[in-house]
Amino acid sequence: MSTGIGVRVPRKEDARHLAGKARFVGDLSFPRLWEVAFVRSPLAHARIRSITVPERHAGRVFTARDMEGVRPIRAESSLPTYKPSDYPPLARGKVRFAGECVALCIAPTRAEAEDIAEEVILDLEALPAVIDSLAARRPGAPRVHEEWGDNLFLTTSVDGDFESARKRAAVVVEREYRTARQCMAPMEGKAVLARHDERKGQLVVYTSTQVPHLIRTGLSQFLGLDQADVRVIAPDVGGGFGYKCVLQPEEISVSWAAMRTGRPLRWVEDRREHLTAGANTRQHHYRLTACADGRGRLLAVDAEITVDVGAYSVWPFTACLEASQAGGNLPGPYALDVYRCKTFSVATNKPGFTPYRGVARPGVCFAMELTIDAVARAVGREPADVRAENLVPASAMPYTNVTGKHYDSGDYPASVAGARRMIGLDAVRARQGRSPPLPGGADRPDTAHARQDHAERPARDSRRVDAMSARQGSPGPDGRLIGVGFSTFTEQTAHGTRVFGAWGLPLVPGYEQATVKLAPSGTVEVRSGNHSFGQGLETTLAQIASEQLGIGVDRIRVTMGDTGETPYSTGAYASRGMVMAGGAVSKAAESLAGRIRKHAAHLLQTGADRVSLTGGQANAAGGASVSFEDVARAWYLRPDQLPDDVDTQGLEVTEGYKPEVDTGVFTYATHAAVVAVDPATGSVEILDYVLFEDCGRRVNPMILEGQSYGGAAQGIGTALFEESLYDENGQPLTSTFADYVLPGPVELPAMRIEHTESLSPYTRHGIKGIGEGAAIAPAGAVVNAINDALSPLNVEINEIPATPRRILAAILAAKTSGPNEDGRRRSP
Amino acid sequence: MKPVDFAYHRATGLDDALEHLNAAGEGAKLLGGGQSLGPMLNLRLARPRVLVDVSSVAALRTVEPARERVTVGAAVTHAEIEDRPVSDVIERAMREVAAGIACRAVRNRGTIGGSVAHADPSADWPIFLVCAGARVYIRGAAGARALPVTDFIRAAYTTDLAPGEIITHVEIARAGGQARFGFCKLCRKAGEFAEAVGAVLIDPERRCCRVVTGAVGPKPVVLADTTRTLAATAMPPEPDAIRAEIAAVANEHDPVKLHTAAVAVGRAIDRALAAYAPSHDGDRSGSGARTGLTFQSADI
Ligand SMILES: Cc1cc2nc3c(=O)[nH]c(=O)nc-3n(C[C@H](O)[C@H](O)[C@H](O)COP(=O)(O)OP(=O)(O)OC[C@H]3O[C@@H](n4cnc5c(N)ncnc54)[C@H](O)[C@@H]3O)c2cc1C
Repeated sequence: MSTGIGVRVPRKEDARHLAGKARFVGDLSFPRLWEVAFVRSPLAHARIRSITVPERHAGRVFTARDMEGVRPIRAESSLPTYKPSDYPPLARGKVRFAGECVALCIAPTRAEAEDIAEEVILDLEALPAVIDSLAARRPGAPRVHEEWGDNLFLTTSVDGDFESARKRAAVVVEREYRTARQCMAPMEGKAVLARHDERKGQLVVYTSTQVPHLIRTGLSQFLGLDQADVRVIAPDVGGGFGYKCVLQPEEISVSWAAMRTGRPLRWVEDRREHLTAGANTRQHHYRLTACADGRGRLLAVDAEITVDVGAYSVWPFTACLEASQAGGNLPGPYALDVYRCKTFSVATNKPGFTPYRGVARPGVCFAMELTIDAVARAVGREPADVRAENLVPASAMPYTNVTGKHYDSGDYPASVAGARRMIGLDAVRARQGRSPPLPGGADRPDTAHARQDHAERPARDSRRVDAMSARQGSPGPDGRLIGVGFSTFTEQTAHGTRVFGAWGLPLVPGYEQATVKLAPSGTVEVRSGNHSFGQGLETTLAQIASEQLGIGVDRIRVTMGDTGETPYSTGAYASRGMVMAGGAVSKAAESLAGRIRKHAAHLLQTGADRVSLTGGQANAAGGASVSFEDVARAWYLRPDQLPDDVDTQGLEVTEGYKPEVDTGVFTYATHAAVVAVDPATGSVEILDYVLFEDCGRRVNPMILEGQSYGGAAQGIGTALFEESLYDENGQPLTSTFADYVLPGPVELPAMRIEHTESLSPYTRHGIKGIGEGAAIAPAGAVVNAINDALSPLNVEINEIPATPRRILAAILAAKTSGPNEDGRRRSP
Repeated sequence: MKPVDFAYHRATGLDDALEHLNAAGEGAKLLGGGQSLGPMLNLRLARPRVLVDVSSVAALRTVEPARERVTVGAAVTHAEIEDRPVSDVIERAMREVAAGIACRAVRNRGTIGGSVAHADPSADWPIFLVCAGARVYIRGAAGARALPVTDFIRAAYTTDLAPGEIITHVEIARAGGQARFGFCKLCRKAGEFAEAVGAVLIDPERRCCRVVTGAVGPKPVVLADTTRTLAATAMPPEPDAIRAEIAAVANEHDPVKLHTAAVAVGRAIDRALAAYAPSHDGDRSGSGARTGLTFQSADI
């Protein structure tokens, strides 16, 4: 049976994971290994007056003063107006968020190291904390980095003729949206173990990372070492999601301390550290205005996006990746002619922003998808229709959009149609007791008239629609309101040299390399500098090699994560693994297949073009065959069997690969949700959830579905549950899982997934990335469904997570104050 | 997130536990299932010198389902209560309450005694026990004593337990054959601590009725007015009246919290009343639909 592309091959890595035999950083042991605990700042913003270490702990505690010569983390970018920050691995002079590392303590056990940490005395002079990103933008706000004139890492703006579009518009929809700060909460937190290898004269760093080669580059840069003197090994990694795609200050300080003390040292992040010092992602604010014609066709969008970046710029992706991505991706899958956008990357006294699964798009998708539904309500049409009509049509592919993104292939409206069929939109509308999908504004008696009104007086949303929905949609027998919502996105994946080059980042990915080798025993070895931290890359890379070489995945060994054993790769981020590492393995395996055929042709006494590879054998056209083992043996052990003019390159190939067009290939999907909202408590139950996806060629549909379930689960967390909260002094209020709520199995629906395959014209096998995608759409689908359910109450939620408290507060406010000027009560 | 250094003693019996507890003095702490104390140790909010583990003390591990009352040992786990056979409304109520606590892994270890001693305002057992009018039994060097749970719990995380004392069991009076119980726990996630709880017991034979609000204010409290109205009419009082009473007794003024608490109480009342079959004329809401249920002077 084939184990190549498209087959649901069981995951190779599961054999060890299911038997508890995987090896994470926390499982490693070395003689003389000690553990590290950090003293972390208890305040969000303060000047360090002094740090006092009790005499008896001398030699066990290290501070910035000890780390002379170690450079602060500094991520450069060539974007105009960008200000880099200096992020010392142990705080120097000031602390800028609660949880920032101040001192490193070592002891034989973590508990003892924590005992020491408790006794280190910090004398801090509290400074006013900058917590709200909008307040931080105002002149006169306290400054996170005093030497700057303001709190802005970066501002960007793109202009478009919005004002004249507004004049033509039948409806103008204005909204303010907020998304919460979040943690990524991988099952395994960060972890790093550093030791000195005397024989090689190398610092060896075992770290839970997605990007081992980048960490090696970063460590050598900031510690002032030659790269040859550093080896980074990422063993089994228990989830990353972006949290582990940047250089961590702890990776530097633990490495430094291991060199300083000559002792292997390990630090393992605990949950409280993660939930406070790791609260570093997702927090956006939007002011968005959309103009549309009377049928809901978008004419123009104007956006002001503020990203709460936190105190420091992470290396290598900087503080500005998020806002740049947000500004560039807001128009998303929609065919839009006029777009105006300003972005602000704002420094606050919180942990430094790190890209999380979906990078910026969960925020922009939420904002855009709610806006589409608001436009649909304003023109009195079914949101699924308005959505589909606004999407880039298949006939326009490939399509370059208003922000210059080049969409390679796909049928975006078909994904809406698919999700609509799967979720049973008509049945949901019938159950709601609302009229079946409205046939379109023009078919309803009062609409033409209403449109006229709007053309004359382009105002806010139509009151007419609100009145209409108030008459419809009575609660179900249990008092709950049913709603349905859709959300569509397109995701740039595996974007490469041109895109990163334009951002001027310290790293620009180029040709991804992979090595494929036929080993003496006739098995295949694949080496990639990318890494797998749960995505199943160990299996899918083997499937690609299997496809090219005609040998089963059980005879293919994939090695990743060790800079000492793999070719350079910038690593696993941007949903690039399958496209880039997969493409590189494909190319290298193809070359190797050619060499195997040549060698086999000698043994089979035929021409290489008459040899095919299947079942781990090289087969001649006439029926004779030799095994891969025979071929390998001839080259490695019995070269006397080979002719003098044998190809001397051998049976080991390293190739570099990038797609023909390297600006990214676009995966897309539509998610749809049906929810029941309890208007008495504000609680939400997801009754049904579907995904209709297209990521080009599916290498392993089973693994892909797993990625989608996991991504959607995280997206539902974003939609309904997860929120890192702070008080006005910047104290984290959600430092355990009792307060930071993750969705559990009971809260998650049984999702259903369908796929189409629009191959990318630019990549090997037509593959597109899928690792992140499913985390992008859920907030839009779920909150659109909530708003659909709440429309009879004239309540609209525009902030996530949509907690019972937020929903109930909006409902209570609507009851006491009645609808506001445009007929709708919005969440605060 | 590692505890401070402490000594550990697994008590072999009640006397052994008392001995170790008293020998260690101030720095000693009892350990039940560790499902509240464990996190507090790891966060170093609790810093004991000695832990005396009573989770396997046989005397604290028994359930005695007598005719008049059910006696549950302090070290009986939530899971054991959940799994017990039920013969009346009290046992059925206890199964329901137990099954709604956290997830099975936590229930396998967490104990009813630990829950009462911890006195988390949102915890389920204290709310149920106040509603059922239960008593808590305590042993110390000076001997044994007992008091109603509602008096034992003084405020959030604060009880009447003196240093050196151990909770041995709780005692819950059985209810009459017509008695009904209603419980409504509102929480963000299955098994999470409650945002609001309503608990209602209506026991016409014993002329006993209690409506309790939990997870608002510092401890679970009986809503006296709501209870009186319910007892007199067998009808749910007006939501606004429930809300006003909660605001007064729990000193809670956040409108969302109050609304949620009133909904929990209202639903608990509905559930208790719904347990009674509608009268034969099918009138579920008319007065007298539940004749025989009303009683003027309820024992609250
Ligand atoms: C994830 C999670 C979710 C939870 N969700 C809920 C929930 O939804 N509802 C809920 O009610 N609870 C919940 N809990 C708490 C759980 O019910 C605990 O088991 C309970 O609160 C404490 O019982 P314990 O036996 O574990 O006590 P321990 O944690 O061992 O001790 C708690 C306190 O009681 C004292 N103590 C223990 N035994 C005795 C005794 N015999 N006499 C005197 N003092 C004693 C200890 O000294 C300590 O101060 C949750 C816990 C977790 C970890």
